[in-house]
Amino acid sequence: MDLLRFITAGSVDDGKSTLIGRLLYDSKSIMIDQLEAIEKQSKNKEEGEIDLALLTDGLRAEREQGITIDVAYKYFSTPNRKFIIADAPGHIQYTRNMVTGASNADLAIILIDARNGVVEQTRRHSIIASLLGIPHIVVAVNKMDMVDYSQDVYNNILIDYAHVAQSLGLKNVTYIPISALNGDNIVEKTDKTLWYEGPSLLQFLEEVRLEDDVDLKHARFPVQYVIRPQTEDLHDYRGYAGKIISGVYKKGDQVTVFPSGVSSTIKAIELGGKEVEEAFAPQSVVLHLADNVDVSRGDVIALSNDVPKTEQELEVLLCWMDNKPLVPGNKYLLQINSRQVRAAVREISYKLDVNTLLQEANPQQAVLNDVIRATIKTASPVAFDAYSELRVNGGAILIDETSHVTVGACMIQ
Amino acid sequence: MPRLDYLDQLESEAIHIFREVAGQFERPALLFSGGKDSITLVHLALKAFRPGKFPFPLVHIDTGHNFPEALQFRDALAAEIGEKLIVRNVEDTIKARNLTEPKGKFASRNALQTYTLLDTIEEFKFDACIGGARRDEEKARAKERIFSVRDEFGQWDPKRQRPELWNIFNGRIHKGENVRVFPISNWTELDIWNYIRREKIALPSIYFAHDRKVIEHEGQLVAVSDFIQLEDKDVVHTKQVRYRTVGDMTCTAAVESSADSLDDIIREITATKTSERGETRIDDKVSEAAMEDRKKNGYF
Repeated sequence: MDLLRFITAGSVDDGKSTLIGRLLYDSKSIMIDQLEAIEKQSKNKEEGEIDLALLTDGLRAEREQGITIDVAYKYFSTPNRKFIIADAPGHIQYTRNMVTGASNADLAIILIDARNGVVEQTRRHSIIASLLGIPHIVVAVNKMDMVDYSQDVYNNILIDYAHVAQSLGLKNVTYIPISALNGDNIVEKTDKTLWYEGPSLLQFLEEVRLEDDVDLKHARFPVQYVIRPQTEDLHDYRGYAGKIISGVYKKGDQVTVFPSGVSSTIKAIELGGKEVEEAFAPQSVVLHLADNVDVSRGDVIALSNDVPKTEQELEVLLCWMDNKPLVPGNKYLLQINSRQVRAAVREISYKLDVNTLLQEANPQQAVLNDVIRATIKTASPVAFDAYSELRVNGGAILIDETSHVTVGACMIQ
Repeated sequence: MPRLDYLDQLESEAIHIFREVAGQFERPALLFSGGKDSITLVHLALKAFRPGKFPFPLVHIDTGHNFPEALQFRDALAAEIGEKLIVRNVEDTIKARNLTEPKGKFASRNALQTYTLLDTIEEFKFDACIGGARRDEEKARAKERIFSVRDEFGQWDPKRQRPELWNIFNGRIHKGENVRVFPISNWTELDIWNYIRREKIALPSIYFAHDRKVIEHEGQLVAVSDFIQLEDKDVVHTKQVRYRTVGDMTCTAAVESSADSLDDIIREITATKTSERGETRIDDKVSEAAMEDRKKNGYF
């Protein structure tokens, strides 16, 4: 059984909450007591009718203050897969929310209201999906019931969206006509769209191929923690604990430690306390090196024949997530996997309009939800890969040194 | 290379989180209740840190209303793995701080244990507390981060949560603050049971079908114990039951069941139509936002 993480992009008006509610309800992930709680709230509904959107309803703090917390996680499974939905609400903070939810997603469902077609919001969602490198995109054309399940309407939206996908270089785009409200093409195919030959949404989510999404070519192992029992019988034991974020490691492989650049070979690999000959992403393991080299938390152990870049000046696309604006020259902590270094944002070369992709040159500052291109200088070298080539070693966060809050998400170019 | 099975993916994610705690904090602790989720955490910690010692003690906040089977299990497990166990008693906090015990039939110390927890955090200067909460349990949990920053009163502020991106965890805090860390956030109840079966993890006997004296309360079965007050109208039955969660004897309900093996339990949970908290927690029914309120006040 496999695991698929996906994000749903769209506003309440697009039927996003109804879609999530429908997936949970029809996959029988909703329990009776949860339904009873919803029925209590759906007082105004007719007997027996459940407002599926309420399944994703928020906290009292959100209702009272009219705010939404960035991402809520929902879970359901079928016999083939476990699914994790990152449900990012719309509204003002959408860019920040969607970037957060999208950072871990294998797939994005972009909802389009069939009556409205491709609108500015569709472009924004698609641009963010492409910036964050989500491997699979499903364009769910919702509310087909409101356009009489018209194939022409659907086809026109496909043609429009194909332009968007092409301009963004989105690959793996799948289109599905649905009605979340009526459950058409969600779990079962409907007989109202006989012209549609593809799978239902759930069938697609269950079958989409994920095998190629884990990078097994570039071996990267960020060291999280050094295990040194220092007991009598284990006094020579020194194991580097971490998660293989990409690639494959075998006993005897020649490796290089970054940023120091020293080399050694893998003496042993432990997985769950047992020695293994090889291990691969995303397994958490303990590596042992043949030589007594200096390795500590935050270092990256890579195979010597394919190494990350090591630099002190990073070109990044940066999504700003704090209420306080970013002013060029400000200092932060940059964290990439387990490595934290002091960093300064040197200059902002342009601001990216996430609705149009237009660039505004040399802005004075960046505010909440802005996406900018900037240069970051770090106090010591950082081992990284370009985000577009290796997502797991190309994303970094900026932390405000005084508030300790996560203020920015960087995609290193 | 094959794709990892979902349980392997969840396991690796949890081990990664454990090691981030070890790497980022000076004085972490693992909050251990003796229930299946915290037992699973211990199993994951063994995979994360052996052959080294845990870089944290196990900490149990004992309400005094625990199931004896769970306490025996707790002590035996700590002894078996040779890790330090710190127990702090709600009873002592009540005396030291002159707290008022809730009254009533099912008087629960659930709310009072927050005081003991915060005192214990202060006593040992814990900067991170690892817990076994899962996001599928409850909608307030569904919105909480894996690294959840709490202020010096232990309060969760849902509006001020840090965005959590990729697999990068920001554990930086001010003095006096602490972080609650939830390595099994993304696991569901069924994932836990499937993992326990796969890894052959031992559990306290109360998770399996046994005969117990119970009374019925609003459709739930509550064990007869010294901690609840029986009324004349209560009828004590002996029923074959098991527990789906293990909390206080006063606020955890049993389910009628003959499931005496993990296979049977998993079969029952797969077919069940009631959520874990809904079926077994008396304390969540008080108000719709009960969990949200408790978390804001420093509860786990």
